[in-house]
Amino acid sequence: MTATLTRPEVPTPLVEELDEPEADGSVKVKELVIVAESGDLERTWATTILASTAAAGEMKVSIFFTFWGLFTLVRPEVRLTGTNWMQKMLAMMNRPGIDHAKLSKLNFAGMGPWMMKKLAKQYGVAEPRELLEMAQALGVRLIPCQMSMDMMGITADQLIDGVEPAVGAAAALELMTNADASLFI
Amino acid sequence: MTVTTNVTRTVDARGLSCPLPIVKTALAIKEIGSGDVIEVLATDPGSTKDFIAWSKTTGHELVESTVDGKVFRYILRKK
Repeated sequence: MTATLTRPEVPTPLVEELDEPEADGSVKVKELVIVAESGDLERTWATTILASTAAAGEMKVSIFFTFWGLFTLVRPEVRLTGTNWMQKMLAMMNRPGIDHAKLSKLNFAGMGPWMMKKLAKQYGVAEPRELLEMAQALGVRLIPCQMSMDMMGITADQLIDGVEPAVGAAAALELMTNADASLFI
Repeated sequence: MTVTTNVTRTVDARGLSCPLPIVKTALAIKEIGSGDVIEVLATDPGSTKDFIAWSKTTGHELVESTVDGKVFRYILRKK
């Protein structure tokens, strides 16, 4: 006997019931906070997909960029960041800018990301840079980590337009505790 | 029955993958007025569930969801 799989006529939603509206009929705006710690291509992709989709769903979205994630926010024309030789070495080994993100595995000196982006184009998947731009257009807040900026020697003028002033861990935690969902990517 | 008469804007998301149909619709819906109707064309099979969920979370009404061959067509009314 062979089993037949049938698709339901009307697809059932993944979540049956959303939160009840408030007394005045309004529904509380949901908040998402993402801590973008990794600058890896696949993780940057996850961050930008979730942020843009959440913002499209009219959620309030903030992304806190820390450590390697901070390099994602560096302007494309900035080749080298840092003021001392160690910070410069870091930027040389880890080229800043969202378009230069490497894969955490199968990077093969850039061959992996090149293939990934070629596949993405073929399948109509937007690149992280486009997704980040759309996220910004939908009001996603981009917040850099002050400590990472200091330690990596990255200055505010080296970051892309629309980035908010840098904050510390306490401010990031305050955002997270107020949010409905927070992710560490 | 198809609502085609008062479509204010069309978002052509054919060939685009998740989350672009939703994100492009969200960007477009910002530019139309309350009560205006937007048409979305997509080929991503996941978009059907996405638009149901999106309509629920945002409150923009999913007036119609149809499929013609490989093209999904959604009609949404801005809240």
